[in-house]
Amino acid sequence: MSSDELIWRIAGGSGDGIDSTSQNFAKALMRSGLDVFTHRHYPSRIRGGHTYVEIRAADREVQSRGDGYNFLLALGDSFARNPQEEAYYGNEEIKPLSENLDDLREGGIIVYDEGLVSEEDVEAINLEERAEANDWHVFPMDLRSLARDHGREVMRNTAGVGVTAALLEMDLEHIEDLMSDAMGGDILESNLEILHEAYDIVTEEYDFEHDLRVPEGSHETEQALLSGSNAIAYGAIDAGCRFIAGYPMTPWTDVFTILSQNFPDMGGVSEQVEDEIAAAALAVGASHAGVKAMSGSSGGGFALMSEPLGLAEMTETPLVLIEAMRAGPSTGMPTKPEQADLEHVLYTSQGDSQRVVFAPGNIEEAYEQTRLAFEIAWDYQIPAIIIYDQKLSGENTNVDVEFFDREPKPDLGSTLTEDELREAAHDNSGKFKRFNHEDAENGVSPRSLPGQKGGRYLATGNEHSPVGHISEDPDNRVAQMDRRLDKLESIRRELDEERESTQTYFGDETAEYGIITWGSSQGAVEEAIERLNENGHSVKGLSVSDMMPFPEQEVTEFLESVDEAMVVEMNATAQFRGLLQKELGRFGEKLTSLLKYNGNPFEPAEIVEGYEVNLADEDREPTAQVRIEPAAGD
Amino acid sequence: MSAFNAIGEEREIDRDEFTPGVEPQPTWCPGCGDFGVLKSLKQALPEIGKTPEEVLTVTGIGCSGKLNSYLDTYGFHTIHGRSLPVARAAKLANTDLEVIAAGGDGDGYGIGGNHFIHSARENHDMTYIVFNNEIFGLTKGQTSPTSPKGHKSKTQPSGSAKTPIRPLSQSLTAGASYIARTAAVNPNQAKEIIKEAIEHDGFAHIDFLTQCPTWNKDARQYVPYVDVQESDDYDFDVTNREEAAEMMRETEDVLNEGTVLTGRYYVDEDRPSYQAEKQAVGEMPDQPLAERYFDDDVEWERSYDLLERHT
Ligand SMILES: Cc1ncc(C[n+]2csc(CCOP(=O)(O)OP(=O)(O)O)c2C)c(N)n1
Ligand code: SF4
Repeated sequence: MSSDELIWRIAGGSGDGIDSTSQNFAKALMRSGLDVFTHRHYPSRIRGGHTYVEIRAADREVQSRGDGYNFLLALGDSFARNPQEEAYYGNEEIKPLSENLDDLREGGIIVYDEGLVSEEDVEAINLEERAEANDWHVFPMDLRSLARDHGREVMRNTAGVGVTAALLEMDLEHIEDLMSDAMGGDILESNLEILHEAYDIVTEEYDFEHDLRVPEGSHETEQALLSGSNAIAYGAIDAGCRFIAGYPMTPWTDVFTILSQNFPDMGGVSEQVEDEIAAAALAVGASHAGVKAMSGSSGGGFALMSEPLGLAEMTETPLVLIEAMRAGPSTGMPTKPEQADLEHVLYTSQGDSQRVVFAPGNIEEAYEQTRLAFEIAWDYQIPAIIIYDQKLSGENTNVDVEFFDREPKPDLGSTLTEDELREAAHDNSGKFKRFNHEDAENGVSPRSLPGQKGGRYLATGNEHSPVGHISEDPDNRVAQMDRRLDKLESIRRELDEERESTQTYFGDETAEYGIITWGSSQGAVEEAIERLNENGHSVKGLSVSDMMPFPEQEVTEFLESVDEAMVVEMNATAQFRGLLQKELGRFGEKLTSLLKYNGNPFEPAEIVEGYEVNLADEDREPTAQVRIEPAAGD
Repeated sequence: MSAFNAIGEEREIDRDEFTPGVEPQPTWCPGCGDFGVLKSLKQALPEIGKTPEEVLTVTGIGCSGKLNSYLDTYGFHTIHGRSLPVARAAKLANTDLEVIAAGGDGDGYGIGGNHFIHSARENHDMTYIVFNNEIFGLTKGQTSPTSPKGHKSKTQPSGSAKTPIRPLSQSLTAGASYIARTAAVNPNQAKEIIKEAIEHDGFAHIDFLTQCPTWNKDARQYVPYVDVQESDDYDFDVTNREEAAEMMRETEDVLNEGTVLTGRYYVDEDRPSYQAEKQAVGEMPDQPLAERYFDDDVEWERSYDLLERHT
């Protein structure tokens, strides 16, 4: 075990301040010059229940939570604040300690709250024996009393941070700064006292033998610690979005709240409405009237949006929808990630539906692709969807601040001004030929906005003539349909020829084996590939972001260049692999799937193992909670 | 310079401007009450001085939903039951537009019932006209939420066991600030009520009785009706909630028993519209949102400025 990386896990009951403590600690690590990645695990309940946050910090890019961890801060009894006999984790006790030991690496550190966990409890889990076997360094500390003596009991997380800093020989400066930013007065005083007291007790009274220290690092430019939800919300702001309508549903709620909190200062409007059908319909209405608008939800709520989504397609109303996946079907596991809504998002809504779907793989891509989604939606008058999951939504990583320094883009795309409208085609009655198919470029017929002079037309979800009258004329139907279909092809052309690829590649171009993935599994795949190649294998990776229109050419080239490929995704039915085969029409015999759907995201080691099992050609399953789905004909 | 020059244009409005050219001709059945709504709207709109281009009519699905196919304004024919959320947002996006939503009783009180309650509750500044023919017209005569109890149709062959919805009372309870009922057979009253509703600052709900001679032959075609404002028998204060509620109850009780009462039932001029409330708490800009996109002086804030809290 080396100190090239710290993976700190803080565990306790939800409602115990685990989240805010870890946010601050992660920021302190970032400010000390490290790259950080946070992973949040929490049950679907408000108070009590076992929860943890992991912060991985290293002097290099970190794109996943890593495998296991090396420092446990166990804060107490998960159910102390809300005791229940048969709660989420059965009726075991001392959760933060007992529940978290499996993934703790050899040589790791354990700090637990002696004030809350009795000796018998510790004996019951054979801590001593296990510590010896794994070379764990155990530090029982009475964090509760320490906090109580200088302030209040709930401040025991501050005591825990103090102990952590001392054991890792870490400077307190950044932690103190962040505390001063977040609070003031007596509360700040008490917290600072507790922090120092804890730090001093450890440095003065403890001898320790562990090697783990905070890695040393430095950043050349200023960094910001951001979640996927932040990135999507900021992407929308910079794209000129100023209208959002929604209904809360985890994990989409984060984007919704961030925008609701910021829009009033930016002259935007946010509406929390009666349901998701209304939410998406409001976004359609606002967009129709000339505002860059968005809505979104998670699986169940997105199902309700299917109707207004189709309406937007037929009326050619630009729109961005967000789909934050969680484990399904139905209400599923509200706080657990999964990548199982892909088919839902691609094919929901009646008819030959056309929409743009992007699946960003990390924080930067979330920002970029949200901006891109708005641009394309308004240029081509088509709904664009950002699909991501609970994992990307909640994980925080540091991003170079300069990455975001872009100009806002409030451009309404293919919308005409009144001067341009005067020159545009009208019918005999003076109506604007808004859906003109005669000389449409790339399938796009420019639009007008209600209130503009000379732009009168009817938008309808029925098939319609160029001015918008309901029409079942066969020739008109085919012409309109073909024009709308032309959009996706044109968008694909633009993405291929005029823009930087949104797909992400890893490893050496000449590698023989490919791993292909999408969305938030990207980070773990990237790391697994690095590790495999370090161990002498020849592997490269492709993470696909464009789900519709599909980047046929890029993916074909990738698959043709490898002997075999493994498709990694977080669902049970290999939906993305299905999409690959549907879009490319072949490669069935080349593709194996590695699937995970237990509610937890992939760890790099599982992907490494999946690769080994697949190549070993043995009749065995990987040991982890993943499943191998062999290639056709295997 | 405004980006929406048709808005606020001061000129004499020619009635014919609201009628499209030769096509399309209405596809409604002869004798359909929907003609009456169309006619009253065409009469009312020029009188309130709106040009066709500053009016946005948003409809649902049904025979009623075709209203804006035959009325030459900006129009959005949406999907079944969803006219209100689309219309509401268009108004929030551009407060200068005159927004009128319309649809049938199935559309508005059935599938769109949830939106009806919440739009009234929030008191959006818009007009909502429900074509109440006590039937599903376009899908060929099934029972609707306003069909009387015992109404026989192909989907309720033994007669409906459901008590009809009380749209006026419901609207009042939900929070609409202007509530009226009128009838296609009473075009003069209808025109006046439409004008008032449009000029009203808040959610104006008109339950518009429209006969459907094709599927609802048994129903009386709302003749004769009594105008509650014209009749000495019905003296009540339209600004008084309790009196209005009492009158609505009476109307809704007798609707299926012979006498049809129409007129204004509730008018609350004091309640601020949703837009005004939202602006008052600082959740909405004073300038119409849509105009910002055309205004070169607007400074677009960047997310970059928000990043400080993340560093
Ligand atoms: C989601 C959905 N469900 C059902 C329909 C079929 N549909 C079309 S019109 C209609 C009923 C319309 O009744 P009403 O709103 O009373 O209007 P009317 O035709 O009587 O004017 C129905 C059920 C549809 N278009 N969409
Ligand atoms: S079916 Fe009824 S509502 Fe529909 S057009 Fe005919 S008469 Fe009117």
